[in-house]
Amino acid sequence: MTEDYAVEARGLVKKFGDVTALDGIDLMVPRGKVVGLLGPNGSGKTTTVRILATLLKATAGTAKVAGFDVAKQADEVRRSIGLTGQYAAVDEFLTGRENLAMFGGLFHLEKDYVATRADELLEMFDLTGAANRPAKTYSGGMRRRLDLAASLIAKPGILFLDEPTTGLDPRSRIGLWNVITELISEGTTVLLTTQYLDEADQLADDIVVIDHGKVIAHGTSSELKDQIGGDRLEITVQEASSAASAVSALAPLVSGEATIEGTRYSAPVAGGSPVLIEAVRALDAAHIGVADIGLRRPTLDDVFLALTGHGAEEEQLAEPSTSRRGRRGGRQ
Amino acid sequence: MSAPAIQAKRPVLGWTIHDALIIARATVTASFRIPEALFFQLIQPVIFVLLFAYVFGGAIAIPGAEAGSAADSSLYRQYLMPGIFGQTVAFAAAASTVGLAEAMQRGIIDRYRALPMSQPAVLLGNTLANALRQILVLTVLSVTGFIVGWRINDGILNAIYAYLLLLLFAYTVTWVGAFVGLSVPNTETANTAGLIWIFPLTFLSNAFVPITSLPTWLQYFAAFNPISSLVQATRELFGNPTGAPTDFWTLNNAALYTVISCVAVIAIFAPLAVRKYRTATSK
Repeated sequence: MTEDYAVEARGLVKKFGDVTALDGIDLMVPRGKVVGLLGPNGSGKTTTVRILATLLKATAGTAKVAGFDVAKQADEVRRSIGLTGQYAAVDEFLTGRENLAMFGGLFHLEKDYVATRADELLEMFDLTGAANRPAKTYSGGMRRRLDLAASLIAKPGILFLDEPTTGLDPRSRIGLWNVITELISEGTTVLLTTQYLDEADQLADDIVVIDHGKVIAHGTSSELKDQIGGDRLEITVQEASSAASAVSALAPLVSGEATIEGTRYSAPVAGGSPVLIEAVRALDAAHIGVADIGLRRPTLDDVFLALTGHGAEEEQLAEPSTSRRGRRGGRQ
Repeated sequence: MSAPAIQAKRPVLGWTIHDALIIARATVTASFRIPEALFFQLIQPVIFVLLFAYVFGGAIAIPGAEAGSAADSSLYRQYLMPGIFGQTVAFAAAASTVGLAEAMQRGIIDRYRALPMSQPAVLLGNTLANALRQILVLTVLSVTGFIVGWRINDGILNAIYAYLLLLLFAYTVTWVGAFVGLSVPNTETANTAGLIWIFPLTFLSNAFVPITSLPTWLQYFAAFNPISSLVQATRELFGNPTGAPTDFWTLNNAALYTVISCVAVIAIFAPLAVRKYRTATSK
């Protein structure tokens, strides 16, 4: 029996001239599930979404969205999806309500339906008070909410959220997460791209990690965390000079390579809390002063580091040129 | 929640018009929400009228009056106004360029392209709105002209033809502007690229000086420049002085040549712009 997939992409390749943005991506999103596409800037997340949303044609590979071929049945695909990009793609001179009416009209929906649905969405996104003000006067978070509302006007079964909270302040971010969680609970299928590990952790059932246009890992958040070993032992020693001796003192206890950053020591361990007690004993025996010690479940940041050899945020700074966005200037 | 109510099916052309009108309405509404932009769009041609009428007016001789005389400068204003009309509608292209470059940069074109709407409708609506905005501009300009002494001398019907010709021309150049707007990499470039080709085009014409005053080789360029034929036709239809007669077919059949040029330019640039739009991405 085959599972019912809202998104089925196989072997997607996209080349921009000499640059290979996607190098054979396979991506399956089961109906009613939330899949997080996680990767640093320039890894191919946005390109993937743009192909699935019929905005770009793949150089090779096939993709079906809601059972329709994105290359051959673009109109049917567009009727089934909602897309929220990294920009707040609304007309800033129109009011919130006018924006929703416009997009509803362009979706070829009945006027009465659009009016009712617009009220419903404005209420749901906490924009009722601002409904008759031009979007230009909205805060960043409000614009994103209006943008998301606009993509929901036709109640699409599949929602593509391309970095929905990039550039938002923490409060707006959590506000948007709550709305997304509500949509998910109503059964909407969501493909979410993000460079924030906590966001994928928070929202997604399944996480697909991509880097340099390739899928490098796939699984639930806890599966990915298990892949790099269990807990991590984290210690802050009192003096940076004693960090090296901590490495040798603890070597018999840890299950992988230890890392040191100044006074901070970190290493994967197997065996849970008894290890912690043994670690304290070993450090005491070696006369190493400890400021802080603890066991931590690995974060997706650790996963990323283990899988790619670099952190998710690091790459963003190191390779700004691979992001084609920079050339276009401002984002919003 | 109830299922979304989708409108009854229509033929493709019906949807195209439906969608284009929604875009046109939004574009027109938006332009009234930026009164300062509208103000400067209106004030610019007014400044041109005053500059040319009072600064250059005495220096440019129009056959039929003694240079420098009072009759001459009044004649020049009659001659000048259709030139300003022509120049103004040519500048309608720049609004299209900047508008579409901005829409693309803000990602709103992406949203349109991910909707099950008619694909050419965004451009049809945008060009239509920009041409319609020229009605307001032409009204303000006509009033200004009237104040400095310009008159409609050949009946109201011909005057209506003249205005319709100007609007057709405005609609035509907005397609060129749309193509430029979708081709430039960002809005900063759009601001200059949108204007750079219009300036020489309007000045290398009979808009401000009689074509016979240009060097011979430039006369050929100016004669085939559709702005010249537009201005010539407008002068004839408003019953304003046209300057010395020339041998150019394009100027002796000015209205016809203008319409042919407009149709040809739309036939070339509309498909080009739509093709650009279909592959346009916000990054």
